[in-house]
Amino acid sequence: MTGKEYRTITDVKGPLVFLNKTEPVAFGEIVTIRLADGSIKNGQVLDTSDDLVIVQVFEGTAKIDRTAGVTFMGDVFKLPVSKDLVGRILDGAGRPRDGGPDIVAEENADIIGAAINPFSRQSPHDFIQTGISAIDCCTTLVRGQKLPIFSASGLPHNDIALQIARQAKLKGSDEQFIVVFCAMGITAEEYNFFRSDLERTGALENAALFVNLADDPAVERIITPRLALTAAEYLAFEHDYHVLVIYTDMTNYCDALRQIGAAREEVPGRRGYPGYMYTDLAMLYERAGIVKGKKGSITQFPILTMPGDDITHPIPDLSGYITEGQIVISRELHQQGIYPPINVLPSLSRLMGSCIGADTTREDHKSVSDQMYAAYAQGRELRGLVAIVGEDALNERDKQLLDFSGVFEDRFLRQSRDEDRSIDETLDLCWELMSSIDTKYLVRLDQKWIEKYHPDNKA
Amino acid sequence: MSKEGVIYRISGPVVTATGMSAGMYDVVRVGDEGLMGEVIELHGEKAVIQVYEDTSGIRPGEPVINTGETLSVSLGPGLLTQIYDGIQRPLPTLEEVMGVFITRGVDADAFDLEKKWTFEAVVEKGAAVEGGQVIGHVQETETIVHKIMVPPTMSGVVKNIKSGDFNVTETVCTLEDGSEIQMMQKWPVRTPRPYRQKYAPDTPLITGMRILDFLFPLAKGGAAGIPGPFGSGKTVTQQSLAKYSDAQIVVYIGCGERGNEMTEVLDEFPHLIDPNTGKPLMNRTVMIANTSNMPVAAREASVYTGITIAEYFRDMGYDVALMADSTSRWAEAMREISSRLEEMPGEEGYPAYLSSRIAEFYERAGRVETKNGDDGSVTVIGAVSPPGGDISEPVSQGTLRIVKVFWGLDAGLARQRHFPAINWLNSYSLYPQSLNQWFRDNIAQDFPEIRTQISGLLQIEAELQEIVQLVGSDALPVDQQLTLEVARMIREFFLQQNGFHDVDAYCDINLQYSMSKAILSFQEAAKNAMAAGAQLNDVVNVPARTALMRGRFEKGYIDTIDDMVKTMVDEIGATVEDN
Ligand SMILES: Nc1ncnc2c1ncn2[C@@H]1O[C@H](COP(=O)(O)OP(=O)(O)O)[C@@H](O)[C@H]1O
Ligand SMILES: [Mg+2]
Repeated sequence: MTGKEYRTITDVKGPLVFLNKTEPVAFGEIVTIRLADGSIKNGQVLDTSDDLVIVQVFEGTAKIDRTAGVTFMGDVFKLPVSKDLVGRILDGAGRPRDGGPDIVAEENADIIGAAINPFSRQSPHDFIQTGISAIDCCTTLVRGQKLPIFSASGLPHNDIALQIARQAKLKGSDEQFIVVFCAMGITAEEYNFFRSDLERTGALENAALFVNLADDPAVERIITPRLALTAAEYLAFEHDYHVLVIYTDMTNYCDALRQIGAAREEVPGRRGYPGYMYTDLAMLYERAGIVKGKKGSITQFPILTMPGDDITHPIPDLSGYITEGQIVISRELHQQGIYPPINVLPSLSRLMGSCIGADTTREDHKSVSDQMYAAYAQGRELRGLVAIVGEDALNERDKQLLDFSGVFEDRFLRQSRDEDRSIDETLDLCWELMSSIDTKYLVRLDQKWIEKYHPDNKA
Repeated sequence: MSKEGVIYRISGPVVTATGMSAGMYDVVRVGDEGLMGEVIELHGEKAVIQVYEDTSGIRPGEPVINTGETLSVSLGPGLLTQIYDGIQRPLPTLEEVMGVFITRGVDADAFDLEKKWTFEAVVEKGAAVEGGQVIGHVQETETIVHKIMVPPTMSGVVKNIKSGDFNVTETVCTLEDGSEIQMMQKWPVRTPRPYRQKYAPDTPLITGMRILDFLFPLAKGGAAGIPGPFGSGKTVTQQSLAKYSDAQIVVYIGCGERGNEMTEVLDEFPHLIDPNTGKPLMNRTVMIANTSNMPVAAREASVYTGITIAEYFRDMGYDVALMADSTSRWAEAMREISSRLEEMPGEEGYPAYLSSRIAEFYERAGRVETKNGDDGSVTVIGAVSPPGGDISEPVSQGTLRIVKVFWGLDAGLARQRHFPAINWLNSYSLYPQSLNQWFRDNIAQDFPEIRTQISGLLQIEAELQEIVQLVGSDALPVDQQLTLEVARMIREFFLQQNGFHDVDAYCDINLQYSMSKAILSFQEAAKNAMAAGAQLNDVVNVPARTALMRGRFEKGYIDTIDDMVKTMVDEIGATVEDN
């Protein structure tokens, strides 16, 4: 089939090209389009029938006219994968962007990715120490988890992601992650920030980058994360690597989806995003995990910016329904000058329960984390009340909790960008800070841990 | 026209075929790889098919073959402990054939067709039998006897029946008219299985979760909806129900949700002990897993596969509980298919028939007289995932119109780590009237009255809290401050229940009653003491009250609670003298 060039385009609309009078074309088949000036664009079949074929063009349809030549490549989109992907920088369609040679394929992998059989999964349970207290204590990351960062424009989510990439390790092990970094529509400046940081720390040699920037074709963003995840799967499940996939910004990805849906005149779902966006996102996020009989793993750190800081916006909302928790970045904390400005209250790690405790982190972790959380939550709530009735109306307990909420932000949350706290340091710090509250109010702490870890008893 | 046609068009999971004779809901094989699909619309000579597997790489012109069957499930010994995908392919078999990733074009029998089961006939030669009648028993798992029934559409006089070891396709019984009965039968998933009559539910499904059993009870044969935003506890609640509820059979459908959550169930259930039988939970469980990244059409089918299996066990006279997590994903699958069909959309892009499909699904719940004359039930509990947590959307609304129990999960409570995060102010159950008698007879004569007192206190608290928000709690009169303390005790001691706690995750219904009485005893004792001059602060802080509240985390609490209450009352009495 490959080779035959059709000049039967009937319509061009948004990112879509419609053509007819083709021989049978496969659903999902890869397409190249040759323009009059000799330049080439790529695309993929979205709808196919005897009468009409609809092609989504990754690079946008600018300059395509009815004389353009369309060739069907006979196969669905595949990425040449190889161990040599490590240390390389590719563009959003998988072509070298670092001036290096083409990837010599050990295998050509279908980028859609097959679903992992739920029966074949293994429950993640290995604690990853990120060195960031708020995460390690309150929303503990587990190897094989998909844990997004819900952020918003102007907030330091990139710094946090990079700090995690630099510091993440299994407790008591030096084993490093391979980072697969996937940029979707971010600015060149943001990209350079990531790249130079990875370069500075030497992590670039252990990373594979897939880069689609703000001025690259928007529709290409549909495939960029699929390429990155295909590479990640290959490295994890064929070569036993522990892979950390960071992708940013999911919001740009979703906007590209919306653009295609609109061009197809689909019935839009909420805020114009396609009704199938949940499924589409799941096909990315669910490519995290650990499977039976394979040594490697895929941990995902998607970053998304919430339009209008709104967590109910379809992008964070649908993501939260799929991922195994979320880390929420707060503008308010950021404005108070706190880094990392993580609001632990709406943050959650759904897998935390499986990776904390005596055998993995420390016996008091659960108890401490519950108490830190509860005390901070109550303290924060009291701030609202104080604003109305004044601090004098508070009883002793409430006063202590109110003060604690300040200390929590100032000493527990706040740490520097290169401060790598061990889990023991984090938990000891928790005890130190909680000791400002009378123990009779610390009802979530087990008596036995109070006896063992409370500074009053330790001395 | 023939049984075989060709593909005309492919658009995602929807394929159009021409040149094939087809009826609605016929199962077809699509393309060179023979992918499984189902006819969902007929247009002149075109048949529109939803395909249960990924369609990439398929081309117009490839063949489509009509199997002539409708989408059905296989029913028989071997269902229990199994985990299936949405179209009843066993996931362990798929792993054997395909490895850890699910590829396509593979068929798999719903259960081991070779395995021999010991069939014990319970009717004799010459007996007149009807559809649905039990003719034999098979001990399927340690705890469950699988009853072999005459297929619902068959009846006659037994010509031959034999006990012994058979596989599920061997004939165990022949009727005079020559019809043969095997242990395996098939039933089309979109058709409810027949029964003699529906009864009004009168027995609660005891779940071991205090807020559910005590405040918002669900009846065996009833239907409940659990809407809630992400992270509010839908899945944990559903899993707790699967673990602890006193159903005899559990069908757990993971519909369009996370893969790891199914893995968790698979890891846990074989080791967890059913508090009602003392045997591993897996013995009574059938799982269906069509996760969010598995084909969307099979997700649509998964709830029907699940409920048909549930009805089948109901027909044996069992109380079955079915959990579907999440029905919103099922509705979205319908929406996706509908939009590919270019149907006129209703609200929020959902097809206009959404609410009738939801209603039909929940109508398959019920307590019935089976065709064998037994009492059986299917209780359905559906999670709903409203976008942004706003339940004014079509799936939540369609569900609330039909279910009688609404367990409303609340993001605010989840954020305070108050679990289960069920909002006690807006949740409801319409069953208490029909269940009160059961509670009076089996738990305590005054059970309904105690319930009313407890929920009344929570209502009053809500009103008082509004005032507190404005003036602070110290500005309230002491009797109201006491009411707030009692309500706090209800929330923290009674309503909160950690779904992962070794002991407290499951609370015996008799213990629930004792705990509720303990709260009222506190209220009473505190009131008396304060009338005699005791200070609220002293009353609240008596050590025995703390001990009482912590007691629920210890085993054997049901035996110690009464003494603990006595000690508390004594200590509260003593605060008067201290004063
Ligand atoms: N009953 C409960 N007991 C303890 N923790 C709970 C309970 N319900 C929910 N949680 C916590 O909330 C998290 C999210 O619950 P989940 O049921 O997965 O939410 P949803 O299905 O609504 O997204 C869980 O990982 C757990 O940490
Ligand atoms: Mg859930």
